[in-house]
Amino acid sequence: MEEFKALVAAKLKFIVPATFFFLMYYFALPVLVGYAPRLMETKVLGVVNLAYVFALSQFFMAWILAAMYLRAAGRFDEMAKDIVDKIK
Amino acid sequence: MSTALVMFLSFIAVTLGVTYWAARQSSGANSFFAAGRRLTAWQNGVAVAGDYMSAASFLGIAGIIALQGYDGFMYSVGWLVAYLTVLLIVAEPLRNSGKYTMADVLAYRLSPRPVRAMAALSTLTVSTFYMIAQMVGAGALVALLLKDSGITYQTAVIGVGVLMVTYVVFGGMLATTWVQIIKAILLMSGTVLLSILVLAHFDFSFGRFFYAIAHVTYTENEVQMTKDFLQPGLRFKPPYGALDLISLSLALIFGTAGLPHILVRFYTVPDAKTARISVVWAMALIGSFYIMTTFLGFGAATIVGRDTITANGGTNMSAPLLAQTLGGDVFFAFVAAIAFATILAVVAGLTISASTSFAHDFYTNVLHHGKERSPGEEVRVARLTAFVVGAVAIAIAILLGPTANVAFLVALAFAVAASANLPVIILSLFWKRFNTVGAVAGLATGLAASILLILIGPSFMKATALFPLENPGIVSIPLGFLGAVVGTLVTREPAAEKKFAELVVRANTGLGAEKAVEH
Repeated sequence: MEEFKALVAAKLKFIVPATFFFLMYYFALPVLVGYAPRLMETKVLGVVNLAYVFALSQFFMAWILAAMYLRAAGRFDEMAKDIVDKIK
Repeated sequence: MSTALVMFLSFIAVTLGVTYWAARQSSGANSFFAAGRRLTAWQNGVAVAGDYMSAASFLGIAGIIALQGYDGFMYSVGWLVAYLTVLLIVAEPLRNSGKYTMADVLAYRLSPRPVRAMAALSTLTVSTFYMIAQMVGAGALVALLLKDSGITYQTAVIGVGVLMVTYVVFGGMLATTWVQIIKAILLMSGTVLLSILVLAHFDFSFGRFFYAIAHVTYTENEVQMTKDFLQPGLRFKPPYGALDLISLSLALIFGTAGLPHILVRFYTVPDAKTARISVVWAMALIGSFYIMTTFLGFGAATIVGRDTITANGGTNMSAPLLAQTLGGDVFFAFVAAIAFATILAVVAGLTISASTSFAHDFYTNVLHHGKERSPGEEVRVARLTAFVVGAVAIAIAILLGPTANVAFLVALAFAVAASANLPVIILSLFWKRFNTVGAVAGLATGLAASILLILIGPSFMKATALFPLENPGIVSIPLGFLGAVVGTLVTREPAAEKKFAELVVRANTGLGAEKAVEH
């Protein structure tokens, strides 16, 4: 039915770009560390290098993305509830 | 009796009390396999964290960072970011479409018997490898930490095995859950305390702390070296280091979402929304913990030093030695007890997921076509399986001995999970055309590829290795996907395609999902 198609579309609209983003952001780390070591060894915060700062940022990226998903999922829950009510 | 032994025994006593309490709660399959599906989001989230963070995380990462610097932190990052795969793609659809196991999702629209048989095989493989690694680790650790108490490796292995079977057989998923929750609280407390002590050692100055990390001294071949431990490259070296790191990263990101003992936890909550929130709770704890490995690992590198660690039991002793240096024997005992609790909680989780898979997927559904011949049979079979699994794990761990290199077993478990399990879970949920032949082919290919590549790789064959990478992920994961896709394309299964719509509705709305048990 129409509402269900809308729910799936809304979900994909969040999940596909979000997944693509986190995969790119995450894999940039081993790729850069492995193939651009000079760059990653550059000190950016006192003695702390880019490698460590970028690695640390991954945690916050994950947490922020998770929080964003929680918010979006609230909307999906409402849409799903409407559909279930309609079916019942 | 040493302080450490006293703390170990106290923890054991508490967990046995919890098991006794759990055993007296309502019985029945829903209770045994899924704790009645009544766990709250924080309870399941904390339990997931407790189930996930094993000795490899606490002792292993601290050890790698202490001896090889920055590269160890790569494990920390991967082990947290992996939960995004769980959160965005797997957790909610799984809870909505399955009952007790990962295979439930696959069997929804595919032919149940072949798919469940392969999935059970994969689950048992992953769980067994993972468990043996933990048992060997536990045995070696306990023997090392309690050597003054006369506890041998064999005694420790048997002790761990007996305890994990007890939790599962008598207390089921409920006992397992609370053991994991208690462990998680202990682990977080200990880690926070240790982190604070590390910073205190540097007068709470991050500047001083990081300066020390950038100038770590140790001796190598009698020469005094000073190295910047923040720089990558001490572990993942040319020529294959960069590729191995990417391979490892792939296995971590895709493996976590395919680990049966983690997935099975999502059936213990009432609905998909709670499952989702529990993942976020888990991420909060797991992320905080892994950030703090900075203090554990680099703290050990700068305060204890590589020379001392190597002379006192090696990499796995980094965290306990750090505790001893900063907080004396009492803190050493506390950290040792935490490491022990950590292992127990994980092996209990592995035991119940393996037993559940054997009883539910294989015994009831494959052998008996989905029929339970007498009420309570499935639970009885699971309990019996737990005994067998425990006995086999004890036997193999004793056979291998304390010096066996078991890190590769955990890597193998992740690689199999990433190459065999995750591709078929994703394709089943998202690809209409996907069919039984594809699922069986995908599971088989992923399983075979990861196992083979590890057997001919450096962990097993050392210098004569035929495959240059320690982690097979970069080859085996694509092969797993490929196997699943090719298997699908050579056959057509109209029934599976027809049922896809039903699965999508159920996975996305929760219509028809297994409900929580009424009291």
